[in-house]
Amino acid sequence: MPDTQSRPDGLATADAVVSVRGLSKIYKSGFQALKRVDLDIRRGEIFALLGPNGAGKTTLISIVCGIVNGSEGSVTVDGHDIVRDFRAARALIGLVPQELSTDAFESVWATVKFSRGLYGRAPNPVYLERVLRQLSLWEKRDSKIMTLSGGMKRRVLIAKALAHEPRVLFLDEPTAGVDVELRHDMWDMVRKLRESGVTIILTTHYIEEAEEMADRIGVISSGELIVVEDKATLMRKLGKKQLTLQLQNPLEQLPEHLADLPLELSDEGRQLVYTFDTQSEETGIAGLLRRLSELGIDFKDLHSSESSLEDIFVSLVRSRA
Amino acid sequence: MNFHAIRAIYRFEMARTFRTLMQSIASPVLSTSLYFVVFGAAIGSRMGDIGGVSYGAFIIPGLIMLSLLNESISNASFGIYMPKWAGTIYELLSAPVSYVEVVIGYVGAAATKSIALGLLILITARAFVPYHIEHPVWMVGFLILTSITFSLFGFIIGLWADDFQKLQVVPLMVVTPLTFLGGSFYSISMLPPVWQKITLFNPVVYLVSGFRWSFYGKADVNVFVSVGVTFGFMLLCLAIVWWIFRTGWKLKS
Repeated sequence: MPDTQSRPDGLATADAVVSVRGLSKIYKSGFQALKRVDLDIRRGEIFALLGPNGAGKTTLISIVCGIVNGSEGSVTVDGHDIVRDFRAARALIGLVPQELSTDAFESVWATVKFSRGLYGRAPNPVYLERVLRQLSLWEKRDSKIMTLSGGMKRRVLIAKALAHEPRVLFLDEPTAGVDVELRHDMWDMVRKLRESGVTIILTTHYIEEAEEMADRIGVISSGELIVVEDKATLMRKLGKKQLTLQLQNPLEQLPEHLADLPLELSDEGRQLVYTFDTQSEETGIAGLLRRLSELGIDFKDLHSSESSLEDIFVSLVRSRA
Repeated sequence: MNFHAIRAIYRFEMARTFRTLMQSIASPVLSTSLYFVVFGAAIGSRMGDIGGVSYGAFIIPGLIMLSLLNESISNASFGIYMPKWAGTIYELLSAPVSYVEVVIGYVGAAATKSIALGLLILITARAFVPYHIEHPVWMVGFLILTSITFSLFGFIIGLWADDFQKLQVVPLMVVTPLTFLGGSFYSISMLPPVWQKITLFNPVVYLVSGFRWSFYGKADVNVFVSVGVTFGFMLLCLAIVWWIFRTGWKLKS
Protein backbone atom coordinates (compact mmCIF):
# COMPACT_ATOMS: atom_id res chain seq x y z
CA MET A 1 0.00 0.00 0.00
CA PRO A 2 1.63 3.27 -0.98
CA ASP A 3 1.74 5.98 1.63
CA THR A 4 -0.09 9.21 1.10
CA GLN A 5 3.07 11.01 0.12
CA SER A 6 3.49 8.96 -3.01
CA ARG A 7 0.00 9.90 -4.06
CA PRO A 8 -0.13 13.13 -5.92
CA ASP A 9 -3.46 14.07 -4.42
CA GLY A 10 -3.05 12.60 -0.95
CA LEU A 11 -6.53 11.09 -1.18
CA ALA A 12 -7.88 8.21 0.84
CA THR A 13 -8.82 5.23 -1.31
CA ALA A 14 -12.32 5.10 0.12
CA ASP A 15 -13.37 8.33 -1.60
CA ALA A 16 -12.05 7.14 -4.91
CA VAL A 17 -14.27 5.51 -7.47
CA VAL A 18 -11.33 4.67 -9.73
CA SER A 19 -8.00 3.81 -8.14
CA VAL A 20 -4.90 3.37 -10.23
CA ARG A 21 -1.77 2.05 -8.48
CA GLY A 22 1.69 1.77 -9.95
CA LEU A 23 0.33 1.25 -13.42
CA SER A 24 2.89 0.74 -16.18
CA LYS A 25 2.51 -0.23 -19.79
CA ILE A 26 5.24 -1.33 -22.10
CA TYR A 27 4.07 -2.17 -25.61
CA LYS A 28 5.59 -5.05 -27.54
CA SER A 29 7.58 -2.54 -29.58
CA GLY A 30 9.36 -1.64 -26.33
CA PHE A 31 7.63 1.72 -26.09
CA GLN A 32 6.78 2.57 -22.50
CA ALA A 33 3.44 4.36 -22.61
CA LEU A 34 2.89 4.59 -18.85
CA LYS A 35 5.41 4.81 -16.02
CA ARG A 36 4.12 3.75 -12.62
CA VAL A 37 1.05 5.94 -12.62
CA ASP A 38 -0.88 6.47 -9.37
CA LEU A 39 -4.21 8.18 -9.63
CA ASP A 40 -7.45 8.40 -7.70
CA ILE A 41 -10.61 9.66 -9.30
CA ARG A 42 -13.11 11.03 -6.79
CA ARG A 43 -16.69 9.93 -6.90
CA GLY A 44 -18.86 12.38 -8.79
CA GLU A 45 -16.17 14.66 -10.12
CA ILE A 46 -15.23 15.72 -13.62
CA PHE A 47 -11.61 14.89 -14.06
CA ALA A 48 -9.68 16.12 -17.06
CA LEU A 49 -6.61 14.30 -18.20
CA LEU A 50 -4.48 16.69 -20.19
CA GLY A 51 -1.47 15.87 -22.23
CA PRO A 52 0.13 16.17 -25.61
CA ASN A 53 -0.39 13.49 -28.25
CA GLY A 54 1.26 10.22 -27.33
CA ALA A 55 1.50 11.14 -23.65
CA GLY A 56 -0.37 8.00 -22.56
CA LYS A 57 -3.90 9.34 -22.05
CA THR A 58 -5.61 6.81 -24.28
CA THR A 59 -3.44 3.96 -22.99
CA LEU A 60 -4.45 4.77 -19.43
CA ILE A 61 -8.15 4.82 -20.32
CA SER A 62 -7.84 1.69 -22.43
CA ILE A 63 -6.32 -0.26 -19.57
CA VAL A 64 -9.03 0.80 -17.12
CA CYS A 65 -11.71 -0.19 -19.65
CA GLY A 66 -10.14 -3.54 -20.50
CA ILE A 67 -9.07 -2.88 -24.08
CA VAL A 68 -5.37 -2.97 -23.34
CA ASN A 69 -3.59 -5.16 -20.78
CA GLY A 70 -1.47 -3.32 -18.23
CA SER A 71 2.13 -4.49 -17.79
CA GLU A 72 2.21 -3.97 -14.02
CA GLY A 73 0.21 -2.30 -11.31
CA SER A 74 -3.47 -2.51 -10.52
CA VAL A 75 -6.72 -0.68 -11.10
CA THR A 76 -9.94 -0.90 -9.12
CA VAL A 77 -13.31 0.54 -10.04
CA ASP A 78 -15.56 1.04 -7.04
CA GLY A 79 -13.42 -1.52 -5.23
CA HIS A 80 -13.58 -4.12 -8.00
CA ASP A 81 -10.26 -5.16 -9.50
CA ILE A 82 -10.46 -4.74 -13.28
CA VAL A 83 -8.81 -8.11 -13.92
CA ARG A 84 -9.97 -10.43 -11.16
CA ASP A 85 -13.44 -8.95 -10.87
CA PHE A 86 -13.76 -7.63 -14.42
CA ARG A 87 -17.49 -8.17 -14.77
CA ALA A 88 -18.41 -6.00 -11.79
CA ALA A 89 -15.81 -3.38 -12.69
CA ARG A 90 -16.74 -3.08 -16.35
CA ALA A 91 -20.48 -3.01 -15.72
CA LEU A 92 -19.90 0.34 -13.98
CA ILE A 93 -17.93 1.87 -16.83
CA GLY A 94 -19.03 3.56 -20.03
CA LEU A 95 -16.48 4.41 -22.68
CA VAL A 96 -16.68 6.88 -25.53
CA PRO A 97 -13.66 6.17 -27.72
CA GLN A 98 -11.66 8.72 -29.59
CA GLU A 99 -12.21 7.18 -33.01
CA LEU A 100 -15.67 7.37 -34.57
CA SER A 101 -16.01 3.59 -34.72
CA THR A 102 -19.62 2.73 -35.48
CA ASP A 103 -21.57 0.02 -37.24
CA ALA A 104 -22.41 1.58 -40.58
CA PHE A 105 -25.58 -0.37 -41.36
CA GLU A 106 -27.17 -0.50 -37.93
CA SER A 107 -29.89 1.92 -36.90
CA VAL A 108 -29.28 4.23 -33.98
CA TRP A 109 -31.92 2.45 -31.92
CA ALA A 110 -30.53 -1.02 -32.65
CA THR A 111 -27.03 -0.02 -31.71
CA VAL A 112 -27.92 1.49 -28.32
CA LYS A 113 -30.11 -1.51 -27.57
CA PHE A 114 -27.18 -3.76 -28.42
CA SER A 115 -24.87 -1.84 -26.08
CA ARG A 116 -27.30 -2.08 -23.18
CA GLY A 117 -27.62 -5.84 -23.64
CA LEU A 118 -23.90 -6.35 -24.06
CA TYR A 119 -23.32 -4.76 -20.67
CA GLY A 120 -25.74 -7.18 -19.08
CA ARG A 121 -28.72 -4.90 -18.59
CA ALA A 122 -32.33 -5.93 -19.18
CA PRO A 123 -34.05 -3.98 -21.97
CA ASN A 124 -35.39 -0.58 -20.92
CA PRO A 125 -36.84 1.35 -23.87
CA VAL A 126 -37.96 4.21 -21.62
CA TYR A 127 -34.45 4.86 -20.38
CA LEU A 128 -32.96 4.55 -23.87
CA GLU A 129 -35.51 6.99 -25.23
CA ARG A 130 -34.50 9.49 -22.55
CA VAL A 131 -30.82 9.11 -23.47
CA LEU A 132 -31.52 9.58 -27.16
CA ARG A 133 -33.72 12.59 -26.49
CA GLN A 134 -31.05 14.18 -24.29
CA LEU A 135 -28.57 13.79 -27.10
CA SER A 136 -31.05 15.06 -29.72
CA LEU A 137 -30.91 11.70 -31.47
CA TRP A 138 -34.49 10.62 -30.94
CA GLU A 139 -35.62 11.84 -34.36
CA LYS A 140 -32.78 9.87 -35.91
CA ARG A 141 -33.44 6.63 -34.06
CA ASP A 142 -34.36 4.69 -37.21
CA SER A 143 -31.60 6.12 -39.39
CA LYS A 144 -28.65 4.02 -40.37
CA ILE A 145 -25.58 5.29 -38.58
CA MET A 146 -23.62 5.77 -41.79
CA THR A 147 -26.11 8.42 -42.93
CA LEU A 148 -25.35 10.59 -39.88
CA SER A 149 -22.92 13.49 -39.66
CA GLY A 150 -19.69 13.23 -37.70
CA GLY A 151 -21.13 15.15 -34.76
CA MET A 152 -24.14 12.88 -34.63
CA LYS A 153 -21.97 9.77 -34.79
CA ARG A 154 -20.08 11.13 -31.81
CA ARG A 155 -23.37 11.47 -29.96
CA VAL A 156 -24.35 7.95 -30.96
CA LEU A 157 -21.15 6.75 -29.32
CA ILE A 158 -22.04 8.68 -26.19
CA ALA A 159 -25.55 7.20 -26.24
CA LYS A 160 -24.05 3.72 -26.55
CA ALA A 161 -21.74 4.40 -23.62
CA LEU A 162 -24.67 5.60 -21.51
CA ALA A 163 -27.01 2.79 -22.57
CA HIS A 164 -26.24 0.62 -19.54
CA GLU A 165 -26.44 3.44 -16.97
CA PRO A 166 -22.73 3.53 -16.09
CA ARG A 167 -21.48 5.19 -12.91
CA VAL A 168 -18.16 6.18 -14.44
CA LEU A 169 -17.93 7.64 -17.92
CA PHE A 170 -14.71 7.88 -19.89
CA LEU A 171 -14.70 10.40 -22.70
CA ASP A 172 -11.61 10.10 -24.85
CA GLU A 173 -11.26 13.39 -26.73
CA PRO A 174 -15.02 13.93 -26.81
CA THR A 175 -15.00 17.14 -28.79
CA ALA A 176 -12.29 16.37 -31.34
CA GLY A 177 -13.65 17.41 -34.72
CA VAL A 178 -16.88 18.74 -33.23
CA ASP A 179 -18.09 22.20 -34.13
CA VAL A 180 -18.27 24.97 -31.54
CA GLU A 181 -22.01 24.85 -30.99
CA LEU A 182 -22.06 21.13 -30.51
CA ARG A 183 -19.09 21.36 -28.19
CA HIS A 184 -21.06 23.61 -25.86
CA ASP A 185 -24.03 21.22 -26.03
CA MET A 186 -21.69 18.40 -25.14
CA TRP A 187 -20.31 20.31 -22.17
CA ASP A 188 -23.85 20.96 -20.94
CA MET A 189 -24.64 17.30 -21.29
CA VAL A 190 -21.53 16.29 -19.35
CA ARG A 191 -22.47 18.68 -16.54
CA LYS A 192 -25.97 17.23 -16.40
CA LEU A 193 -24.53 13.75 -16.20
CA ARG A 194 -22.35 14.79 -13.32
CA GLU A 195 -25.38 16.22 -11.56
CA SER A 196 -26.99 12.80 -11.86
CA GLY A 197 -24.03 11.36 -9.98
CA VAL A 198 -21.90 10.02 -12.82
CA THR A 199 -18.16 10.41 -12.44
CA ILE A 200 -16.59 11.73 -15.61
CA ILE A 201 -13.05 11.34 -16.82
CA LEU A 202 -12.23 13.11 -20.02
CA THR A 203 -9.06 13.41 -21.97
CA THR A 204 -8.49 16.40 -24.09
CA HIS A 205 -5.85 18.54 -25.55
CA TYR A 206 -8.19 21.47 -25.75
CA ILE A 207 -7.11 23.35 -22.66
CA GLU A 208 -10.23 25.44 -22.97
CA GLU A 209 -12.27 22.33 -22.43
CA ALA A 210 -10.49 21.35 -19.24
CA GLU A 211 -10.66 24.93 -17.98
CA GLU A 212 -14.37 25.07 -18.72
CA MET A 213 -15.39 21.70 -17.39
CA ALA A 214 -13.06 20.06 -14.96
CA ASP A 215 -13.10 19.99 -11.18
CA ARG A 216 -9.64 18.55 -11.14
CA ILE A 217 -6.91 18.28 -13.70
CA GLY A 218 -4.19 15.74 -14.23
CA VAL A 219 -1.36 16.47 -16.59
CA ILE A 220 0.32 13.53 -18.21
CA SER A 221 3.45 13.72 -20.27
CA SER A 222 5.62 10.90 -21.63
CA GLY A 223 3.70 8.35 -19.59
CA GLU A 224 4.13 10.15 -16.28
CA LEU A 225 1.48 11.91 -14.30
CA ILE A 226 3.20 15.23 -13.63
CA VAL A 227 0.54 16.89 -11.58
CA VAL A 228 -2.94 16.23 -10.20
CA GLU A 229 -4.63 19.21 -8.68
CA ASP A 230 -7.92 21.04 -8.26
CA LYS A 231 -8.30 23.26 -11.26
CA ALA A 232 -8.53 26.43 -9.18
CA THR A 233 -5.52 25.49 -7.04
CA LEU A 234 -3.50 24.59 -10.09
CA MET A 235 -4.23 27.89 -11.72
CA ARG A 236 -3.49 29.80 -8.55
CA LYS A 237 -0.33 27.88 -7.81
CA LEU A 238 1.16 28.05 -11.21
CA GLY A 239 -0.67 31.05 -12.51
CA LYS A 240 1.40 34.04 -13.40
CA LYS A 241 0.31 37.54 -14.11
CA GLN A 242 1.88 39.82 -16.59
CA LEU A 243 1.93 43.58 -16.64
CA THR A 244 2.43 45.04 -20.09
CA LEU A 245 3.52 48.63 -20.50
CA GLN A 246 3.19 50.43 -23.82
CA LEU A 247 6.25 52.66 -23.94
CA GLN A 248 6.22 56.23 -25.16
CA ASN A 249 9.59 55.80 -26.86
CA PRO A 250 10.91 52.42 -27.97
CA LEU A 251 13.93 51.03 -26.08
CA GLU A 252 16.91 49.42 -27.83
CA GLN A 253 17.63 47.23 -24.84
CA LEU A 254 16.77 46.89 -21.19
CA PRO A 255 18.48 49.50 -19.05
CA GLU A 256 21.13 47.95 -16.78
CA HIS A 257 19.43 49.36 -13.72
CA LEU A 258 16.44 47.11 -14.36
CA ALA A 259 18.39 43.92 -15.07
CA ASP A 260 17.49 42.42 -11.68
CA LEU A 261 13.77 42.42 -12.50
CA PRO A 262 11.81 39.82 -14.54
CA LEU A 263 11.38 42.14 -17.47
CA GLU A 264 11.29 41.56 -21.16
CA LEU A 265 11.13 43.82 -24.15
CA SER A 266 8.80 42.96 -26.98
CA ASP A 267 7.19 44.43 -30.07
CA GLU A 268 10.55 45.88 -31.18
CA GLY A 269 11.11 47.65 -27.92
CA ARG A 270 7.73 49.30 -27.76
CA GLN A 271 6.45 47.02 -25.00
CA LEU A 272 7.87 46.21 -21.62
CA VAL A 273 6.48 43.02 -20.06
CA TYR A 274 6.77 42.42 -16.33
CA THR A 275 5.96 38.94 -15.04
CA PHE A 276 4.98 38.43 -11.42
CA ASP A 277 3.67 35.72 -9.17
CA THR A 278 0.10 35.98 -7.97
CA GLN A 279 1.06 34.04 -4.84
CA SER A 280 3.65 36.43 -3.43
CA GLU A 281 2.76 39.16 -0.98
CA GLU A 282 4.64 41.78 -2.84
CA THR A 283 3.96 42.05 -6.55
CA GLY A 284 6.69 44.63 -7.00
CA ILE A 285 4.58 46.74 -9.31
CA ALA A 286 4.91 49.89 -7.22
CA GLY A 287 8.67 49.50 -7.10
CA LEU A 288 8.86 48.92 -10.82
CA LEU A 289 6.86 52.01 -11.67
CA ARG A 290 8.96 54.13 -9.31
CA ARG A 291 12.21 52.95 -10.88
CA LEU A 292 10.85 53.53 -14.38
CA SER A 293 10.01 57.12 -13.58
CA GLU A 294 13.46 57.59 -11.99
CA LEU A 295 14.98 56.40 -15.26
CA GLY A 296 12.69 58.69 -17.21
CA ILE A 297 10.96 55.86 -19.10
CA ASP A 298 7.44 57.00 -19.92
CA PHE A 299 4.57 54.77 -20.87
CA LYS A 300 1.25 55.61 -22.44
CA ASP A 301 -0.78 52.58 -21.43
CA LEU A 302 -0.64 49.53 -19.23
CA HIS A 303 -2.65 46.38 -18.66
CA SER A 304 -2.24 43.19 -16.68
CA SER A 305 -3.28 39.67 -17.70
CA GLU A 306 -3.54 36.28 -16.01
CA SER A 307 -1.97 33.25 -17.58
CA SER A 308 -4.37 30.66 -18.95
CA LEU A 309 -4.31 26.98 -18.25
CA GLU A 310 -2.65 26.61 -21.61
CA ASP A 311 0.36 28.65 -20.53
CA ILE A 312 0.55 26.61 -17.35
CA PHE A 313 0.31 23.40 -19.28
CA VAL A 314 2.99 24.34 -21.76
CA SER A 315 5.37 25.42 -19.00
CA LEU A 316 4.71 22.19 -17.09
CA VAL A 317 5.35 19.93 -20.03
CA ARG A 318 8.41 21.95 -21.11
CA SER A 319 9.95 21.91 -17.68
CA ARG A 320 9.87 18.11 -17.73
CA ALA A 321 11.20 17.69 -21.22
CA MET B 1 -23.00 -15.69 -17.19
CA ASN B 2 -24.19 -12.54 -18.94
CA PHE B 3 -27.29 -13.78 -20.78
CA HIS B 4 -28.31 -10.32 -21.91
CA ALA B 5 -24.99 -10.05 -23.71
CA ILE B 6 -25.44 -13.39 -25.47
CA ARG B 7 -28.86 -12.31 -26.62
CA ALA B 8 -27.60 -8.93 -27.77
CA ILE B 9 -24.78 -10.42 -29.84
CA TYR B 10 -27.01 -13.16 -31.25
CA ARG B 11 -29.70 -10.69 -32.28
CA PHE B 12 -27.18 -8.31 -33.74
CA GLU B 13 -25.73 -11.08 -35.88
CA MET B 14 -29.12 -12.40 -36.96
CA ALA B 15 -30.17 -8.88 -37.94
CA ARG B 16 -27.09 -8.73 -40.14
CA THR B 17 -28.20 -11.98 -41.78
CA PHE B 18 -31.64 -10.65 -42.54
CA ARG B 19 -30.15 -7.47 -43.98
CA THR B 20 -28.09 -9.54 -46.38
CA LEU B 21 -30.62 -12.22 -47.20
CA MET B 22 -29.75 -12.34 -50.89
CA GLN B 23 -26.08 -12.88 -50.25
CA SER B 24 -26.31 -15.15 -47.25
CA ILE B 25 -29.23 -17.42 -48.12
CA ALA B 26 -30.42 -16.94 -51.69
CA SER B 27 -27.03 -17.20 -53.38
CA PRO B 28 -25.89 -20.50 -51.77
CA VAL B 29 -29.32 -22.01 -52.40
CA LEU B 30 -29.15 -20.96 -56.03
CA SER B 31 -25.63 -22.25 -56.61
CA THR B 32 -26.44 -25.60 -54.96
CA SER B 33 -29.56 -25.86 -57.11
CA LEU B 34 -27.38 -25.47 -60.18
CA TYR B 35 -25.32 -28.44 -59.03
CA PHE B 36 -28.51 -30.47 -58.70
CA VAL B 37 -29.67 -29.46 -62.16
CA VAL B 38 -26.35 -30.26 -63.82
CA PHE B 39 -25.11 -33.28 -61.86
CA GLY B 40 -28.38 -34.63 -60.62
CA ALA B 41 -30.87 -34.19 -63.43
CA ALA B 42 -28.73 -33.68 -66.57
CA ILE B 43 -25.59 -35.79 -66.09
CA GLY B 44 -26.84 -37.98 -63.25
CA SER B 45 -29.43 -39.69 -65.42
CA ARG B 46 -26.61 -41.08 -67.57
CA MET B 47 -24.59 -42.33 -64.59
CA GLY B 48 -25.02 -45.59 -62.77
CA ASP B 49 -26.17 -45.89 -59.16
CA ILE B 50 -23.59 -45.79 -56.38
CA GLY B 51 -24.29 -48.46 -53.79
CA GLY B 52 -27.87 -48.65 -54.93
CA VAL B 53 -28.44 -44.89 -54.68
CA SER B 54 -29.06 -42.79 -57.81
CA TYR B 55 -26.25 -40.34 -58.54
CA GLY B 56 -28.51 -37.31 -58.13
CA ALA B 57 -29.51 -38.45 -54.66
CA PHE B 58 -25.97 -39.59 -53.82
CA ILE B 59 -24.52 -36.09 -54.12
CA ILE B 60 -27.17 -34.36 -51.94
CA PRO B 61 -25.38 -34.87 -48.57
CA GLY B 62 -22.03 -33.83 -50.05
CA LEU B 63 -23.48 -30.70 -51.63
CA ILE B 64 -25.19 -29.70 -48.42
CA MET B 65 -21.88 -30.21 -46.59
CA LEU B 66 -20.12 -28.06 -49.15
CA SER B 67 -22.50 -25.16 -48.52
CA LEU B 68 -22.59 -25.75 -44.79
CA LEU B 69 -18.83 -25.61 -44.44
CA ASN B 70 -18.35 -22.57 -46.61
CA GLU B 71 -21.25 -20.62 -45.16
CA SER B 72 -20.45 -21.48 -41.54
CA ILE B 73 -16.89 -20.31 -42.00
CA SER B 74 -17.73 -17.17 -43.91
CA ASN B 75 -20.60 -16.17 -41.60
CA ALA B 76 -18.68 -16.59 -38.41
CA SER B 77 -15.41 -15.16 -39.70
CA PHE B 78 -17.13 -12.12 -41.14
CA GLY B 79 -19.16 -11.63 -37.95
CA ILE B 80 -16.11 -11.15 -35.76
CA TYR B 81 -13.85 -9.65 -38.42
CA MET B 82 -16.19 -6.71 -39.12
CA PRO B 83 -16.02 -5.21 -35.60
CA LYS B 84 -12.24 -5.56 -35.74
CA TRP B 85 -12.14 -3.83 -39.10
CA ALA B 86 -14.63 -1.09 -38.18
CA GLY B 87 -13.08 -0.57 -34.75
CA THR B 88 -16.29 -1.37 -32.90
CA ILE B 89 -14.50 -4.30 -31.23
CA TYR B 90 -13.63 -1.84 -28.43
CA GLU B 91 -17.12 -2.31 -27.10
CA LEU B 92 -16.87 -6.07 -26.99
CA LEU B 93 -13.49 -5.86 -25.25
CA SER B 94 -14.66 -3.37 -22.63
CA ALA B 95 -17.97 -5.11 -21.91
CA PRO B 96 -18.48 -7.32 -18.87
CA VAL B 97 -18.38 -10.48 -20.97
CA SER B 98 -15.99 -13.41 -21.12
CA TYR B 99 -15.14 -15.37 -24.24
CA VAL B 100 -17.92 -17.80 -23.37
CA GLU B 101 -20.67 -15.24 -24.04
CA VAL B 102 -18.90 -13.86 -27.09
CA VAL B 103 -18.48 -17.30 -28.65
CA ILE B 104 -22.03 -18.43 -27.87
CA GLY B 105 -23.41 -15.23 -29.40
CA TYR B 106 -21.35 -15.13 -32.58
CA VAL B 107 -20.95 -18.85 -33.21
CA GLY B 108 -24.56 -19.53 -32.23
CA ALA B 109 -25.83 -17.01 -34.78
CA ALA B 110 -23.55 -18.28 -37.55
CA ALA B 111 -24.53 -21.88 -36.84
CA THR B 112 -28.24 -21.01 -36.78
CA LYS B 113 -27.90 -19.49 -40.20
CA SER B 114 -26.02 -22.51 -41.55
CA ILE B 115 -28.57 -24.95 -40.19
CA ALA B 116 -31.40 -22.98 -41.78
CA LEU B 117 -29.46 -22.90 -45.03
CA GLY B 118 -28.81 -26.65 -44.93
CA LEU B 119 -32.50 -27.38 -44.43
CA LEU B 120 -33.43 -24.97 -47.19
CA ILE B 121 -31.08 -26.69 -49.64
CA LEU B 122 -32.53 -30.03 -48.61
CA ILE B 123 -36.03 -28.81 -49.40
CA THR B 124 -34.87 -27.26 -52.69
CA ALA B 125 -33.23 -30.57 -53.70
CA ARG B 126 -36.67 -32.14 -53.56
CA ALA B 127 -37.57 -30.19 -56.67
CA PHE B 128 -34.78 -31.82 -58.69
CA VAL B 129 -34.12 -35.31 -57.34
CA PRO B 130 -36.06 -37.84 -55.28
CA TYR B 131 -34.31 -38.93 -52.04
CA HIS B 132 -35.12 -40.38 -48.66
CA ILE B 133 -33.65 -39.92 -45.19
CA GLU B 134 -33.11 -43.13 -43.27
CA HIS B 135 -31.95 -41.63 -39.94
CA PRO B 136 -33.55 -38.16 -39.70
CA VAL B 137 -32.43 -37.59 -36.09
CA TRP B 138 -28.82 -38.37 -36.96
CA MET B 139 -29.15 -36.21 -40.05
CA VAL B 140 -30.21 -33.21 -37.99
CA GLY B 141 -27.54 -34.08 -35.44
CA PHE B 142 -24.81 -34.00 -38.09
CA LEU B 143 -26.22 -30.79 -39.49
CA ILE B 144 -26.05 -29.08 -36.10
CA LEU B 145 -22.68 -30.50 -35.09
CA THR B 146 -21.04 -29.56 -38.37
CA SER B 147 -22.54 -26.08 -38.38
CA ILE B 148 -21.31 -25.35 -34.86
CA THR B 149 -17.88 -26.84 -35.45
CA PHE B 150 -17.21 -24.94 -38.64
CA SER B 151 -18.70 -21.73 -37.30
CA LEU B 152 -16.16 -22.03 -34.49
CA PHE B 153 -13.45 -22.60 -37.07
CA GLY B 154 -14.66 -19.56 -39.00
CA PHE B 155 -14.67 -17.52 -35.78
CA ILE B 156 -10.99 -18.36 -35.33
CA ILE B 157 -10.26 -17.32 -38.93
CA GLY B 158 -12.06 -14.04 -38.30
CA LEU B 159 -9.95 -13.41 -35.21
CA TRP B 160 -6.78 -14.31 -37.05
CA ALA B 161 -7.42 -12.37 -40.25
CA ASP B 162 -6.16 -8.82 -40.45
CA ASP B 163 -7.31 -8.13 -44.00
CA PHE B 164 -10.13 -9.19 -46.26
CA GLN B 165 -7.89 -11.46 -48.31
CA LYS B 166 -7.00 -13.61 -45.32
CA LEU B 167 -10.69 -13.87 -44.61
CA GLN B 168 -11.26 -15.43 -48.02
CA VAL B 169 -8.15 -17.50 -48.37
CA VAL B 170 -9.01 -20.40 -46.04
CA PRO B 171 -12.53 -21.08 -47.38
CA LEU B 172 -11.35 -20.77 -50.99
CA MET B 173 -7.95 -22.43 -50.87
CA VAL B 174 -8.44 -25.04 -48.17
CA VAL B 175 -12.06 -25.86 -47.48
CA THR B 176 -13.42 -25.96 -51.06
CA PRO B 177 -10.68 -28.32 -52.36
CA LEU B 178 -11.03 -30.53 -49.30
CA THR B 179 -14.78 -30.73 -49.83
CA PHE B 180 -14.50 -31.51 -53.53
CA LEU B 181 -11.89 -34.18 -52.75
CA GLY B 182 -13.75 -35.35 -49.67
CA GLY B 183 -16.17 -37.65 -51.45
CA SER B 184 -18.97 -35.18 -52.09
CA PHE B 185 -19.30 -36.35 -55.69
CA TYR B 186 -17.97 -39.92 -55.41
CA SER B 187 -17.59 -42.79 -53.00
CA ILE B 188 -14.01 -43.18 -51.83
CA SER B 189 -14.24 -46.86 -52.75
CA MET B 190 -14.15 -45.64 -56.36
CA LEU B 191 -10.59 -44.28 -55.84
CA PRO B 192 -7.35 -46.21 -56.51
CA PRO B 193 -6.19 -48.03 -53.33
CA VAL B 194 -3.37 -45.55 -52.54
CA TRP B 195 -5.76 -42.60 -52.70
CA GLN B 196 -8.27 -44.42 -50.55
CA LYS B 197 -5.63 -44.33 -47.78
CA ILE B 198 -4.46 -40.76 -48.44
CA THR B 199 -7.99 -39.40 -48.55
CA LEU B 200 -8.53 -40.51 -44.94
CA PHE B 201 -6.33 -37.58 -43.88
CA ASN B 202 -8.98 -35.27 -45.25
CA PRO B 203 -11.34 -34.45 -42.35
CA VAL B 204 -14.18 -33.61 -44.72
CA VAL B 205 -14.33 -37.28 -45.77
CA TYR B 206 -15.63 -38.12 -42.28
CA LEU B 207 -18.24 -35.37 -42.38
CA VAL B 208 -19.59 -36.28 -45.81
CA SER B 209 -19.51 -39.99 -45.08
CA GLY B 210 -21.35 -39.66 -41.79
CA PHE B 211 -23.90 -37.28 -43.23
CA ARG B 212 -24.54 -39.55 -46.21
CA TRP B 213 -24.96 -42.49 -43.85
CA SER B 214 -27.81 -40.63 -42.12
CA PHE B 215 -29.54 -40.41 -45.53
CA TYR B 216 -28.92 -43.79 -47.11
CA GLY B 217 -27.49 -45.98 -44.35
CA LYS B 218 -24.23 -46.49 -46.25
CA ALA B 219 -20.91 -44.94 -45.25
CA ASP B 220 -17.30 -44.91 -46.42
CA VAL B 221 -16.07 -44.83 -42.84
CA ASN B 222 -17.70 -45.95 -39.60
CA VAL B 223 -20.32 -43.43 -38.50
CA PHE B 224 -18.94 -43.26 -34.95
CA VAL B 225 -15.52 -42.42 -36.32
CA SER B 226 -17.24 -39.60 -38.24
CA VAL B 227 -18.86 -38.27 -35.09
CA GLY B 228 -15.62 -38.65 -33.16
CA VAL B 229 -13.54 -36.76 -35.72
CA THR B 230 -16.08 -33.93 -35.87
CA PHE B 231 -16.22 -33.65 -32.08
CA GLY B 232 -12.44 -33.76 -31.94
CA PHE B 233 -12.18 -30.87 -34.37
CA MET B 234 -14.77 -28.92 -32.41
CA LEU B 235 -12.82 -29.37 -29.17
CA LEU B 236 -9.64 -28.27 -30.90
CA CYS B 237 -11.39 -25.11 -32.12
CA LEU B 238 -12.77 -24.43 -28.63
CA ALA B 239 -9.29 -24.80 -27.15
CA ILE B 240 -7.88 -22.35 -29.70
CA VAL B 241 -10.65 -19.80 -29.04
CA TRP B 242 -10.07 -20.10 -25.31
CA TRP B 243 -6.36 -19.54 -25.80
CA ILE B 244 -6.94 -16.51 -28.04
CA PHE B 245 -9.16 -14.80 -25.50
CA ARG B 246 -6.94 -15.70 -22.57
CA THR B 247 -3.85 -14.24 -24.18
CA GLY B 248 -5.65 -11.49 -26.07
CA TRP B 249 -3.80 -12.56 -29.25
CA LYS B 250 -4.71 -10.21 -32.13
CA LEU B 251 -7.32 -8.60 -29.86
CA LYS B 252 -5.49 -6.80 -27.09
CA SER B 253 -2.03 -5.28 -26.90
